[in-house]
Amino acid sequence: MAQEVLAALSGNIWKVSVEVGDKVEEDDEVFVVEALKMEIPVYAPCDGTISEIKVKKGDAVEEDDVLAVID
Amino acid sequence: MAIFEHMGVFAVTPGTAVMWLISLTLIYLAISKKYEPLLLLPIGFGILIANLPLTELMVPGEGLIWRFYHYGIEWEVIPPLIFLGLGALTDFGPLLSQPRLIFLGAAAQAGVYVTFFAATSFGFTLEEAATIGIIGGADGPTTIFLAAKLAPHLLGACAVAAYSYMALVPIIQPPIMRLLTTENERRIRMKKGRKIGAREKLFFPIAATVVIILLVPASAPLIAMFMLGNLFRESKVVDRLTDAAQNSLMNIVTIFLGISVGATMTAENFLRNDVLFIFFLGLVAFIIGTATGVILAKLMNLFTSNKINPLIGGAGVSAVPMAARVVQRMGVEADKKNNLLMFAMGPNIAGVIGTVIAAGIFLTLLK
Repeated sequence: MAQEVLAALSGNIWKVSVEVGDKVEEDDEVFVVEALKMEIPVYAPCDGTISEIKVKKGDAVEEDDVLAVID
Repeated sequence: MAIFEHMGVFAVTPGTAVMWLISLTLIYLAISKKYEPLLLLPIGFGILIANLPLTELMVPGEGLIWRFYHYGIEWEVIPPLIFLGLGALTDFGPLLSQPRLIFLGAAAQAGVYVTFFAATSFGFTLEEAATIGIIGGADGPTTIFLAAKLAPHLLGACAVAAYSYMALVPIIQPPIMRLLTTENERRIRMKKGRKIGAREKLFFPIAATVVIILLVPASAPLIAMFMLGNLFRESKVVDRLTDAAQNSLMNIVTIFLGISVGATMTAENFLRNDVLFIFFLGLVAFIIGTATGVILAKLMNLFTSNKINPLIGGAGVSAVPMAARVVQRMGVEADKKNNLLMFAMGPNIAGVIGTVIAAGIFLTLLK
């Protein structure tokens, strides 16, 4: 079942820690969002494989934007 | 041998030498520890040149730095310009989506008032006590604004205290916040507030200007400029002005602010018995402000099912955004997925406005 990785808060994508096809476990770091000069990790909501990444480094994101999809 | 009489070397006193040490310490902390370098570096240098004898830099009507000080600070030009930039940098979204968080920003002002009364009972005049109390708001420009009007002789000491405590927020606040909260409270994940539309954000600075200035007219210089900056930002049609207010203008006035504040700290102004006491009272104000914010959040939790993580009460002292960062860091320590940063920005911004209002109230009552 596909599950979306949502931005925990608004900011800029500081780091994309995974690539499409990577296997991740729940609570693995998938992205790092930068907001107010703080680096805030976004964690995988479940186990699975990254099937799609929708943002790249430097993109501005809003809270709850879909950053990636895990299958 | 008249030339020797005009050489500064022979006019150095022990007091000026002590001020050089203080100046070099601030320059060192700014550069190597990165403690508020944008301010402490020019302040540190300002202290150094103000304490080189016979320069006349601070002679009224003549000196170069005196002119910066007089037209920039005494004429109340620079602090409002800084507020213009802060307004352009501020997103009121987090506050508007949970308006109840305003109370946390208000509660933290308790530190200002408690310290005001404490300072008067220790023999400071009312004007001096107000200036010392406002340090607890941890807001540099507001402290300078108030000091210039009420107690110019304390301006340097109070400004340096305010900026030092802002730099030390990550060290001073966590132990207090940890002491007043339980592990479970620190884990509380807050529910998101509603989304705020562009139109609401546009109307807010206008409405807030009218309401606040009608209630506390003396806060007008700072509030008006802050809200104008915010209106630039939210209007989305004057990006160039927003950018100038946030960046170039803010940087320019920061240079003049820093060097002028530093230059007020001459040996006779600063090396007084009560300066250490001012630093101590300022710290007390700051600690009380942090504590009352946290305690009010806990009280509010008694009456609501939509729980507030009490850590965010600590962000009610202004110190934007350092205090909010502290909250984020402590929240993640308790639960790595608990992002409190944006929630903490609510009380943090309310704290800025609260400190300005507190300053306005002092001005109204004491001027």
